[in-house]
Amino acid sequence: MPSDTRRAVPAPVPMPERPFEEPWQAQAFAMAVHLSETGLFTWAEWTETFGTVLSMARTAGRPVDGAAYWEHWVTALEMLLAARGEAEKPALEALKEAWAEAYRTTPHGTPVRLGAS
Amino acid sequence: MPHDGHDHDHQAVPSDPALRVKALETLLTEKGLVDPAALDEIVDTYEHRVGPRNGARVVAKAWSDPAYLERLRTDATAAIAELGYEGRQGEHMVIAENTDTVHNMVVCTLCSCYPWSVLGLPPVWYKSDAYRSRAVIDPRGVLADFGIRLSDEIEVRVWDSTAETRYLVIPQRPAGTEGLAEDQLADLVTRDSMIGTGVALSPAEAGR
Repeated sequence: MPSDTRRAVPAPVPMPERPFEEPWQAQAFAMAVHLSETGLFTWAEWTETFGTVLSMARTAGRPVDGAAYWEHWVTALEMLLAARGEAEKPALEALKEAWAEAYRTTPHGTPVRLGAS
Repeated sequence: MPHDGHDHDHQAVPSDPALRVKALETLLTEKGLVDPAALDEIVDTYEHRVGPRNGARVVAKAWSDPAYLERLRTDATAAIAELGYEGRQGEHMVIAENTDTVHNMVVCTLCSCYPWSVLGLPPVWYKSDAYRSRAVIDPRGVLADFGIRLSDEIEVRVWDSTAETRYLVIPQRPAGTEGLAEDQLADLVTRDSMIGTGVALSPAEAGR
C-alpha cells in the first residue's frame, strides 16, 4: 500500500462513459478477453499478471491511472504471452517496426497494411 | 485521436502502445490464436451493448419481486442469467444488499475486476490507484468524496472483487416508489449505486 492515502478520489463522472479513449485500448482489452475464452490462459492468470504489473509500476512510482492503465494492460499481455512462448520479444519488435514503417510509407487515404512494400 | 497533420503525404505513425497492440494482434492472428472478427465482437459488446442498464434491471426486479430477490441471495449468477446477462469468464456473482444498518461498497484492490455482465466496463475512477488503495483503508472518506455521508451507526462493508467473484450492490429502494413499475424503478438505479459509491435516486431526482 502506498503511504500517500490521502489523495482525493476523482469526482464521479456522470454515466454513460466511454470505456475506451483510443481504439488500441479496446483492441488490447478484447485480445485478453478473447485469449482467455479460447483457453490460452485463465482469467485468474490474467488478473494475477495484470495486478503484478500494476503493483510493480506503483512501487516504481510510475503512473498507473488513465492511459497508463491500458499501457500496463498491454505489458501484462506481452508478459503472459511470452511466458506461454507465444510472443517472443524480437518478433514483436520486428512487427512493431514494420507497422511504423507501413504508416510512414502509405499515402493518405489508403488503408495501412503490412508487407505492402 | 492523435492526428497532428504534420505529414501531408503519409500517415501519422501511431503511438508506441498502439504499435505494440498492432504487433501483438498481427503475430497472434498469424499464429491462429486470435480471430480479428471475435475481437470486433468483444469491442462492440462492451462499447455498445453491455452497461449499467443491465444491473439496474436486476435491482429493479429485486425490489419488486421477493421471490427473485430470494433467488439472487441463493445463486446470484443464475438469477442474473434469467435476465439474459451472463459473465464471459464464468465468474461467480454475489449480491450485497444495503439495509438501514449496512452499506456495501465494491473495489478490486488487485486490478479492476468488475461485474461486466451487469455494469459494463468499469469507470476510470474505479480503476484508479486512489480508489483501489483508499476504499479498504478509508471507505467513509471515499464515500464522502462521492457525496455520501452515512451516520456512524451504519456499518460499511467493503467487498474485494476477484477474477472468480464479482459483487453487485443492491441499493436500498428509495422512499415514495411504491407505485412504480420495474421499468420506472430501473431509472432510479445508477451505476454508482450498484458499486456502492452512490445511492439510488429519488423519483424527483430522476425527473419523474
